[in-house]
Amino acid sequence: MTMIGLEIHCQLTNLNSKLFCSCKANYREFEINENICPVCMGLPGSLPKLNQEAVKKATIIAMALNCTTPEKIAFFRKNYFYPDSPKNFQITQLNIYGDTSVGGTGSVMVGDKKIRITRIQLEEDPGRLIYEGSSSKNQITLVDYNRAGTPLVEIVTEPDFETPKEVRDFLNILSDILANLGVADPSLEGAMRADANVSIEGGKKVEIKNIGSFHDLEKAAHFEITRQKSHHSRDIEIIQETRHWDDKRKITISSRSKEEELDYRYFLEGDIPWVKIDPEIQKKLQTEMPESISSKKQRYVSKYNIPAQVSDVLSSDKYYSDLFEEAHTESNAKEVANIITTELMGLVDTREKRKASKFTSTHLRDLADAIQSGKVSRNSSKNALHEILKSGKDLSTVISELDLGNVSDESELSGFITQVISEEPQAVEQAKSNPQTINYLVGKVMQKTKGKADPVMTRDMLKKQIGV
Amino acid sequence: MNLNISALDYIQEVKTGNISAEDFIAKTIERIQSVDDKLHAFLSVNDDAINQARVIDKKIKSGEKVGDCFGMPISVKDNMCIKDSKTTCASKMLENFIAPYDATVISKLKQQDAIFVGKVNMDEFAMGLTTEFSAYGPSKNPWNMECVPGGSSGGSAVSVSALECVASLGSDTGGSVRNPASFCSTVGYKPTYGLISRYGLISYANSIEQIGPLTRTVKDTAFMLNLISGIDPNDNTTMDNKNEDYLSGIESGIEGKKIGIVKEMMGEGIDPAVLTATKDAIAKLEGLGAVCEEISFDMVKYSVAAYYTITATEAGSNLARYDNIRYGYDFPLEGYEFNSYISKARRNFGPEVTRRMIIGGFVPSAGHAGKYFLKALKVKSKLTKEVNDAFKKFDFLISPTVPILPFKLGEKIDDPVSLFLVDINTVTANLTGKPAISIPFANSNGLPIGIQLMADSMNDKSLLQAAYALEQTVSLPEVPI
Repeated sequence: MTMIGLEIHCQLTNLNSKLFCSCKANYREFEINENICPVCMGLPGSLPKLNQEAVKKATIIAMALNCTTPEKIAFFRKNYFYPDSPKNFQITQLNIYGDTSVGGTGSVMVGDKKIRITRIQLEEDPGRLIYEGSSSKNQITLVDYNRAGTPLVEIVTEPDFETPKEVRDFLNILSDILANLGVADPSLEGAMRADANVSIEGGKKVEIKNIGSFHDLEKAAHFEITRQKSHHSRDIEIIQETRHWDDKRKITISSRSKEEELDYRYFLEGDIPWVKIDPEIQKKLQTEMPESISSKKQRYVSKYNIPAQVSDVLSSDKYYSDLFEEAHTESNAKEVANIITTELMGLVDTREKRKASKFTSTHLRDLADAIQSGKVSRNSSKNALHEILKSGKDLSTVISELDLGNVSDESELSGFITQVISEEPQAVEQAKSNPQTINYLVGKVMQKTKGKADPVMTRDMLKKQIGV
Repeated sequence: MNLNISALDYIQEVKTGNISAEDFIAKTIERIQSVDDKLHAFLSVNDDAINQARVIDKKIKSGEKVGDCFGMPISVKDNMCIKDSKTTCASKMLENFIAPYDATVISKLKQQDAIFVGKVNMDEFAMGLTTEFSAYGPSKNPWNMECVPGGSSGGSAVSVSALECVASLGSDTGGSVRNPASFCSTVGYKPTYGLISRYGLISYANSIEQIGPLTRTVKDTAFMLNLISGIDPNDNTTMDNKNEDYLSGIESGIEGKKIGIVKEMMGEGIDPAVLTATKDAIAKLEGLGAVCEEISFDMVKYSVAAYYTITATEAGSNLARYDNIRYGYDFPLEGYEFNSYISKARRNFGPEVTRRMIIGGFVPSAGHAGKYFLKALKVKSKLTKEVNDAFKKFDFLISPTVPILPFKLGEKIDDPVSLFLVDINTVTANLTGKPAISIPFANSNGLPIGIQLMADSMNDKSLLQAAYALEQTVSLPEVPI
């Protein structure tokens, strides 16, 4: 049997400041070593100043993942030397002297399967190493401390995954949950990272680190399972070790560093007093928590009669569900959902496209209303959507500029209809006996009006002229 | 001009126009130039001090608002950051470290128009109690230059005692303010843990250390506390003291107060002169209406061992950042891989720091933590309970600050274990977070003896009242240098 466990690190990217100082949590927009101060640089004499908002957000994550939440949390020092670590220790959390991290045991459902969470801890991200130089001989390592001190939650799971596919599904669900909570934007580069530990047939546990993306994580797990199975079948001992994912060669490599022998000499971080998160505070946080994905989904189905599959897609992506929530009214909900899932999703499927688009919930509401009232055809709405994404102009401007409005003027329409009737004598004859043929004629009118003819009106007028 | 005046007297003199800040600072700098060759209290002297004094004099003359210090010259232990000044911790590791920011205590005193005359000597990274472990050479005791001034805030005590400043800031991890204060005949104060911000104090053992003033009088200490204590958003361990005024009511006396005489702090190894002085102090306190009674603490005999285990563990972690990559001393990085570079670079630590970091790597390590570090934490919590229980009955605890007299330079430097025992009376206040003060009390053949009073947490104000009462019973000779 294959057992895979995960250690996921997610930056709390939606916070203003770092975990222990006032530098920005969003370090990505800075020049190298511009987002730093005496605290996150670990300068002599500086002290950590705990970001209380980070504690709240991490606790909300713990609650959302059904974890136990202790009434008092503590921070510990993890001592090790590494160039990306300005203090040469990391301030993190630990549960070996009692449950004092933001989250204890919990669980997440992946389909019908329950994945157990071991713990959740709040900690600081280290700086970032940049390697320069081509060969190992002239290679130099540069350190960018902009990231150092960024608030990070570490989510540790039990080894409950049996296939790499389950891992992938779980990470997608987790990433949706974190985004929905408004605590992080997991789509940001490097915001969410995961290490895996893999064992087969109850054998030794192998840790895989340095995995760049969820896609690679799935591959790395595949590789590692195959490697271990092949060892196992040939009676080669699988040793407990840490292996690094080689992104170029797509294999795992034993890391010769004796990482597993490191003794971190954990002890209590005296510079940060214990933080009380009593039941009253927890209750308050519960009320501040955004509606969960599953509750949203249920609401979409029961209240608006949106199909379960559509509701599922809509609720799990915060970007889309926020758009839906803002745009929909009692009457247009289904249409709004329809535009998002059939049109919009293909157009703004990446973070970059979303950022570049000028589309707002007002556009969405106007569009849905226009379709419902027959102002634009569903066909034309696609063109309007493209234009809005590009220009951000309001719908009525787009309709008039691109001439997308439905032809619903009787005299204008009758001209097209007369033309079609004269061009299609055979079909007109057939229509008299077979009403289905009307559809063909409607299609012809549509062609002539470039899809802008009001379909209901066209049908009615055709029937009247032909006399059926 | 008389440099031997208290901070409060200095302020009065400047306020009334009897002296100018510039004259006093100039005289102080002259004094430093004439005596510090012999004493070596200073690691660096502020060459802008006279200019700063002129600015303050101008403010006084023009009737502008002037800060409470009126240009008072203060020396600062070289483990506190003053913006744009060298802060070395008396270590070769930080030979070229120029602090880019002010410690909270420094910015508070700057606002009050204090003048920092210089940075003063200490044991490297505050590890030691003689100032002999300074990488820049030892300081000498102004009362007897063959003797150590105590430590680790030796430079602070020497500079106050030898009239090279009016007051000093030291730091006390296990007695580092009180010990040199006792050896140099100054007042030395270790406040309740959390009363004074540590932001900008270079950590040695952060869970128990505090910044503390060294002054000529108890009132001066209260005055300094008024300026530098209180909650600081940059130090999460600080407590709100509601802007307590430590000077008001300081003359309230100690009638009816109960004082516990700590048996274990006056036991084996105590110098007879120190014992006599302590008994005398107790008699005087009784004469002022206090009730004194002996008390015994089981845990005191383990306190020094626990203290060294805990401080070594924290030091091992606190000093890990000195890898010389971002700041430090001149030692190029090129050609090294990280681990080989730092193991070479970190050889610049002195012997005592190295010794404690080796211990600090061992005692909390997997497999040994239970026997050492965790056991030390147990002693700490048991000791705290004992002391807390004692304060249900007593208002103060009394003992000599140090059981022995100042000793000769070099006498104990090769015997770290016997040196450790000099801490026996001071570490309890640090391990339990309680405030404690050393008051100059006696002089035995020219060597100073200090008496220590300890109080319960956040009772700093009443502790200063008791210390003031005892101080009034004392008449001591002037410093011989």
